[in-house]
Amino acid sequence: MPKDSGIGASPKRREDVRFLSGTGNYTDDIQVNGQAYVHFLRSDIAHAKIIGINLDAASAMPGVIKIFTGADFEGVGGIPCGWQVTDRHGEPMQEPAHPVLAQGKVRYVGDQIAAVVAETLEQARDAAEAIEVDLEELPAVVDMKAALAEGATKVHDDLTSNLCYDWGFVEENKPAVDAAFEAAAHVTTLELRNNRLVANPMEPRVAIGDFNRATGESTLYTTSQNPHVIRLLMGAFVLGIPEHKLRVVAPDVGGGFGTKIFHYAEEAFCTFAAKALNRAVKWTSTRSEAFISDAHGRDHVTKIELALDADNNFTALRTDTYANMGAYLSTFAPSVPTWLHGTLMAGNYKTPLIYVNVKAVFTNTVPVDAYRGAGRPEATYQLERVIDKAARELGVDPIALRRQNFITEFPYATPVAVEYDTGDYHGTMDALEKMADLSGFETRRKESEARGKLRGFGVNCYIEACGIAPSNLVGQLGARAGLYESATVRVNATGGIVVMTGSHSHGQGHETSFPQVIAEMIGIDESMVEIEHGDTANTPMGMGTYGSRSIAVGGSAMVRATEKIIAKAKKIAAHLMEAAEADIELKDGAFSVAGTDKSVAWGDVTLAAYVPHNYPLEDIEPGLEETAFYDPANFTYPSGAYACEVEVDPDTGKVTIEAFNAADDFGNIINPMIVDGQVHGGIGQGIGQALLENAAYDENGQLLSASYMDYAMPRASDVPFYGVDHSSQTPCTHNPLGVKGCGEAGAIGSPPAVVNAVVDALRSGGHDIHHIDMPVSPSRVWQAMNG
Amino acid sequence: MYNFDFEKPSTIADAVSALGTEDAQALGGGQTLLPTMKQRLASPSKLVSLKGIAEMQGICTGDDGALCIGGATTHADVAAGAGAYAGLAGLAAGIGDPAVRARGTIGGSLANNDPAACYPAGALASGATIVTNAREIAADDYFQGMFTTALEEGEIITEVRFPVPEASNYQKFEQPASRFALVGVFVAKYADGVRVAVTGASEDGVFRWSEAEAALSGNFSADAVADMAPSADGLISDLHGSAAYRAHLVSVLTRRAVAAAN
Repeated sequence: MPKDSGIGASPKRREDVRFLSGTGNYTDDIQVNGQAYVHFLRSDIAHAKIIGINLDAASAMPGVIKIFTGADFEGVGGIPCGWQVTDRHGEPMQEPAHPVLAQGKVRYVGDQIAAVVAETLEQARDAAEAIEVDLEELPAVVDMKAALAEGATKVHDDLTSNLCYDWGFVEENKPAVDAAFEAAAHVTTLELRNNRLVANPMEPRVAIGDFNRATGESTLYTTSQNPHVIRLLMGAFVLGIPEHKLRVVAPDVGGGFGTKIFHYAEEAFCTFAAKALNRAVKWTSTRSEAFISDAHGRDHVTKIELALDADNNFTALRTDTYANMGAYLSTFAPSVPTWLHGTLMAGNYKTPLIYVNVKAVFTNTVPVDAYRGAGRPEATYQLERVIDKAARELGVDPIALRRQNFITEFPYATPVAVEYDTGDYHGTMDALEKMADLSGFETRRKESEARGKLRGFGVNCYIEACGIAPSNLVGQLGARAGLYESATVRVNATGGIVVMTGSHSHGQGHETSFPQVIAEMIGIDESMVEIEHGDTANTPMGMGTYGSRSIAVGGSAMVRATEKIIAKAKKIAAHLMEAAEADIELKDGAFSVAGTDKSVAWGDVTLAAYVPHNYPLEDIEPGLEETAFYDPANFTYPSGAYACEVEVDPDTGKVTIEAFNAADDFGNIINPMIVDGQVHGGIGQGIGQALLENAAYDENGQLLSASYMDYAMPRASDVPFYGVDHSSQTPCTHNPLGVKGCGEAGAIGSPPAVVNAVVDALRSGGHDIHHIDMPVSPSRVWQAMNG
Repeated sequence: MYNFDFEKPSTIADAVSALGTEDAQALGGGQTLLPTMKQRLASPSKLVSLKGIAEMQGICTGDDGALCIGGATTHADVAAGAGAYAGLAGLAAGIGDPAVRARGTIGGSLANNDPAACYPAGALASGATIVTNAREIAADDYFQGMFTTALEEGEIITEVRFPVPEASNYQKFEQPASRFALVGVFVAKYADGVRVAVTGASEDGVFRWSEAEAALSGNFSADAVADMAPSADGLISDLHGSAAYRAHLVSVLTRRAVAAAN
């Protein structure tokens, strides 16, 4: 019998009522009295020297308040990078300046040349067209390998080259890894590209800067996944505003997928301009602007090699990756191909020796940073593709080869510096085989063949690392931020609770799932708990939501704060019932004295805390409000096994997904319905990457797929009904809820399953094909079949 | 979007008059023009909506049996009302999405002549007559390359007359992002021969594949064009497919259209 409340129940998402009825409060819904509008004049050339900018005609246009250029930001800080990677020689990465508005050069199509602030948005756009910009075009640096060639044009003239860093991991392992390859019975090699993606949240980015002349306070309303991080980065590094004079509000946010983690120049601009003009300044991205200004994702070019012994045991793994940084370092860009990627290269397997090399490269393209999964999808894709190729080369069953090499004993220390606490990889694979009806596949393949179609089955496993932590470790790895989470639990006099969390919900359903935890702990109805988030003015310093960390880290902070609440409430209850504190029990929202029929209700205790007439004032303070900061001991390690079944039309190359099944181990689960939804969404995005999405640049640095006319997003008809199973649960050992996180799993686990299935289908049709790069579009499949 | 004037006349004569203003432009369903204007890529001084002209709406059968469709008739109305010409109704039913079909018009589509639009294939394969406020233009003379037609400045498509074939079918292979035709092939079999029109594929816009027409006029079966494909020369190569791929798709879709028409 499923529970109807508390942990493990699936109440409907309470926030959806306002989202679906048009009563949400998104940043663009916010109208600040007297707000002006900014339009950014963006470069339509990928790389050019700015010879001159003439604002005379534009400044005289109707409604123009002021036009800003890079010159207005001399002496102002640049957009900071939040992670410093140390290269394989012990040197820090090359870190270019990133001005709020371009200074001296433009470095990608979309780079901001000028910002026009006007009374109306149309007036700002009109004036922007009247700005005369004299640009001297330079050769565009687009291809990563060409960017590193001797004598290549430099994106940043003051750096020694276009190489951001050359990272080796674990550098000390390299000789042993190379030796293992020498001794291998079989080596499988695969070269592939992890395609560049545009995140495309439904809500484009918005920023409103406001300044209160009376108090000297600045406020930024912004579409962010982590308002405190924005406050810290922008206040401390860009604008020099102390945190007590800067408030950042991220209200309802319509999807983030990583691209709303980062601190963007538009946020700093609006905050700066509001103070300079003593007017609120609002910017709303158009969809077209989003394509050339939101940080992109992925874009790795990789060569991966897998060494096996004569018994098909994995003996070593070696990878060589080029990771595109784009023109500037976005907030967490350097961490994605390194600490979020190299540490995951063991996957679910007991490969004893691993060496990962990553060269991060500057190019004249939009900056690249974390996108749903961030480094982990890149790791999983290459690993699971090369294993599939090895199985085919060796003539063994891909599932059997994986099972043979599974890690089965936990905790398990990988050769890439992380320790998995729990997992059951055979368990998830068992669940998958059953759900995917693997035994019926050959029959289905014959049915497809009878209709002239090729059918393929692809499987893969994944391991994820969520809730990046602990802070002292990530500090050593180069993070310029902590990675704890915070929560304040405020119990009101009549018993209702408000939780102010540092986590931020932008689609994850925190307002529903977080109350389930507290309701379970206290034994009250979920409707008595509200979640507040997204405003630095009323939430404790938190790190926000990304990396599937909210329930594992933010939820744990909330549990710790609630434990403090319960401990204090028991003292109050003991006083009210004249009993010993140790004898007080809390159950179903009432405190009782063990072994007696004495009891006081939750509401009696909370009222006593705020109306302390009969209260132990000499022992404890009035009130019932507690804050906790939780810094985890380790990452969490969700894992799973995914299977995809495709049909390929050999006449056109079109791939259709016939079935997709996902067996995940997320540890304990708070709300199974929300978890299902997270997995569904993630798989949808993964199928999008595998079949459709492609942010492609031409050799001049023009984005060819800069609108939905050419950038293919997955639609309902592109995806099947998913099979989702999370019955295999090995709880996390080091957080109080035993949870692992589920937000990114679907996007990590699905692309390799799709491509493995397509390769399987084509090989069943007699095509000697080992790999097709994503997106596996009809034309690419046809080309592979006929090339 | 730049500022513009707007008129919604109720007669063709008033529309023609309104279009006399410099840089005035006719507005059908606006499914291409309005997004273009929002992007500030078009700046007409005036939009003249053709939606209020009753005589340009609807579908009827002419004395010669041709299906006559008013220039301002929406794709949805053609999909629902052109049952006498199933191939054409099927084409209309597959344009864009329901919102596009509810607003977009046949006249607007043919006047724009997007090289990947569906209607040009239907009109050309049918040997349709494009009727304007000033004259009648044969489809073979009307389409003159990408976004280029025989229409003069200010000329309005008031009606399109389609001879109804004995058998017909339209096959579209969608470009994955826009869902326009990466390649679309319309096959129509008339008593005096078969016409095959291809959209989406050529740098010169919609074209007739005469080689296939000749083969199919002799033997209207997929086998007749089994080993045939147009030259890839002059076909579009882009992010979504090479010229060779498009040439291959023309071949596949022609066979499928013939098979479906039979």
